[in-house]
Amino acid sequence: MHDMSHTVHHHAPPTSFIRKHIFSLDHKVIGKQYYGLALVAVLVGMVLSWIMRIHLGWTNYAIPGLHLLSSNGAPGNVMTPEYYLQLMTMHATIMVFFVLTTAPFAAFGNYFLPIQVGAEDMPFPHFNMMSFWVTFVAFLVLVASFFVGDGPTLGGWTQYAPLSAVGAVGGPGEGMGVVLWAASIAIFCVGQLLGSLNFITTTLDMRTRGMSLWRLPLSAWAWFITSCMGLTAFAVLMPACILLILDHVAGTSFFVPSNLVINDQLQPHSGGSTLLWQHLFWFFGHPEVYIAIVPGMGIVSHVLITNMRKPMLSHRVMVYSMGALAVLSYMVYGHHMFVSGMNPVSSLAFSFPTLIITIPSTIIVLIWLGSLYGAKLRINTASLFALGFVSMFISGGVSGFFLAQPSIDIMLHATYFVVGHFHMVMGVAAMFGIFAGTYFWFPKIFGRMMNETLGKVHFWLSFVGTYCIFMPFHYLGMAGNVRRYQAFVIEYMQPLIPVHRFITVAALVTGAAQFIFLYNLIHSRFWGKPATDNPWQATSLEWSTPTTPPPHNNFGDKLPVVYHDPYQYGVESSTGDYLMQASPEQVKTAYDEA
Amino acid sequence: MATTIHEPPKIEKQGSAPHPVGGNGGGRNLVPAGADLARVKDYAPPPASTGIWVVLASISMTFAAFTSALIVRQGSAPDWRHLALPQILYFNTLVLIASSVTLEMARRQVGAYMAGPRDQTAAPARWLYITLLLGLFFVSGQYVAWLQLRAQGLYLATNPNSSFFYVLTAMHGLHLLGGLGGLVRVIRRLDRSILRKSTLDATSRYWHFMDVLWVYLLLLLWMKL
Repeated sequence: MHDMSHTVHHHAPPTSFIRKHIFSLDHKVIGKQYYGLALVAVLVGMVLSWIMRIHLGWTNYAIPGLHLLSSNGAPGNVMTPEYYLQLMTMHATIMVFFVLTTAPFAAFGNYFLPIQVGAEDMPFPHFNMMSFWVTFVAFLVLVASFFVGDGPTLGGWTQYAPLSAVGAVGGPGEGMGVVLWAASIAIFCVGQLLGSLNFITTTLDMRTRGMSLWRLPLSAWAWFITSCMGLTAFAVLMPACILLILDHVAGTSFFVPSNLVINDQLQPHSGGSTLLWQHLFWFFGHPEVYIAIVPGMGIVSHVLITNMRKPMLSHRVMVYSMGALAVLSYMVYGHHMFVSGMNPVSSLAFSFPTLIITIPSTIIVLIWLGSLYGAKLRINTASLFALGFVSMFISGGVSGFFLAQPSIDIMLHATYFVVGHFHMVMGVAAMFGIFAGTYFWFPKIFGRMMNETLGKVHFWLSFVGTYCIFMPFHYLGMAGNVRRYQAFVIEYMQPLIPVHRFITVAALVTGAAQFIFLYNLIHSRFWGKPATDNPWQATSLEWSTPTTPPPHNNFGDKLPVVYHDPYQYGVESSTGDYLMQASPEQVKTAYDEA
Repeated sequence: MATTIHEPPKIEKQGSAPHPVGGNGGGRNLVPAGADLARVKDYAPPPASTGIWVVLASISMTFAAFTSALIVRQGSAPDWRHLALPQILYFNTLVLIASSVTLEMARRQVGAYMAGPRDQTAAPARWLYITLLLGLFFVSGQYVAWLQLRAQGLYLATNPNSSFFYVLTAMHGLHLLGGLGGLVRVIRRLDRSILRKSTLDATSRYWHFMDVLWVYLLLLLWMKL
């Protein structure tokens, strides 16, 4: 056999500390930087949610040290209503943008997409480096709003106009806080566009010899599909943020209508359209939830297949379904605006694709369940979290069927039912995808195993804990508990307060359990059991690197050649029951005979 | 204006430069197990060729968002006042179209220079410099258009029409400055004989796109403002 794999001609790895660890062009370092950013962000976001939960359970409780976060938002350490909204906005923005978008997509995708396609790096490494640092600056700008004037914006992560566009008169944080928020998100968009450019070109142009599109692992497909969504969604959010900033700093009237009186003051704007913001925002906002969840679907499929020791029932249908989610995600955004005074015909037009989008979602779930049926699943922390993802996605997805219908949504809109729905289906599910990916790929990234016992404890506490937190949300919503209230003083809501207290305790315990993960992560990084090159007996290219962690150019002197589909399990080969993609060995699979 | 070229520019080869290596995994060359690799053809478009379409798709989405914002805003309130576009915009448009023509000439000359025998008398960078100048001329012309609007008392926040005029022209101008940066990069790489054909092609696609985008924006502004 001729060995025609390409010879790699790359410049030597960087030697200076700054080039190696800070302004690195290496996609692996950039992936780790994104993961680190997400880790910091998730801790901040979680602490914010703790503070809010304590306040919701015990409204007048003085939280020690709360005044340190805000000079005027917590007199006597008791939260003001406005400050509750400010924390809520920051919790949501940090979690959606800097955790759910960065960790499963930018962090794991950066690290593993080039390796899974068999490339030495992404094609535009400088853009890739800029992508991270721009995102980092966006995070700093967002967090900076805690320390300016009257603190961060209180408008919620959706920043509905006109309150978000009128300036300081709109309330605490509605002046400089909104400008910083919008600037941060616009900067974030630039970072994600640069990242998407690299992801798309890596998938299309950098695949090694023999790596046809259908031979890409499902995780690589998921990152590719997500980057296509990111490319179009963030390109729309950025102009929206620019217009919002102009309404603030230049006195334009894009989003502020005429004759608007706020706090007894007539606003000096005319003719703006408040719904324009909602359209622009949700045209981004709905694809965004798929940007958060689709990488998780890919990661979880990858992890499940490896641990089931057999491929999914249909690789292609999985890919087509993820693609369908991406396309449909642009046609459903109006379902966020059913109560905006939308023409009932438009409501129907948005309701129909919203119900249709449940079809590819259901197909994906059925493929997972059908593939798991009868499989001898290896139980480890990664596969447990993958199962947890499936469970969360189903539980959170089922409530989506209700919300997709305008007649039901009008009743449930802006209640805790919606909060429970999206936390489960895109928040916790995506987090479980991140955990599954972390436990699965940690040995490749750091060359050490994570502690399985601690991992399983972390899983069960997180799994049971998140159900305890978010299932009652659905009940609260059906009981009419409106979201974004900082206290439940209305008579019919008061009997619901014990439920809130239960949720708060569950949130504190579940949050505390995450420190087990953090300890496991840091301890295993330095003192974990050394990992072999392929500890899970997996088949895709990231397990074919000459060293663990992979060398600077991923595959050493020669790029691999791919001979097989990504998931050759259940075969009899010289390596065992699996066949690596890069192995030239020819075997008959169990599925060939069937 | 002409630049001296000591070495003929190189044509891009796979894995020949300090760029990441990969590619060749197109659907056309699936390698079956046990295949004879000598018979497998190499196929991979240079990433710059794909990448530029990705960039243009993203920019199209951004301007589609601005366009829809303009249409929605126009319909939302009766404060939309007619605005006479500064005449210089039409002149600027001609300048920008001319720059696309000169860039195309540059691209052909550089292409011929790369492919053909070495010819010391040819100076392929000349047309690139002319394109660069025309581009700068266009940006300056846009600035003059802004000054003319200001002279009429029309500022960014005066009315929604002027708001959109400034926003759209500024966003297009910023993107065009990016194109000018790309041209400078092409000229520098040509001078150092390290220009890749795919880089030149990608830059010229971007430039032509900016041209088409401007004509679209002009039509939009002319019809709507």
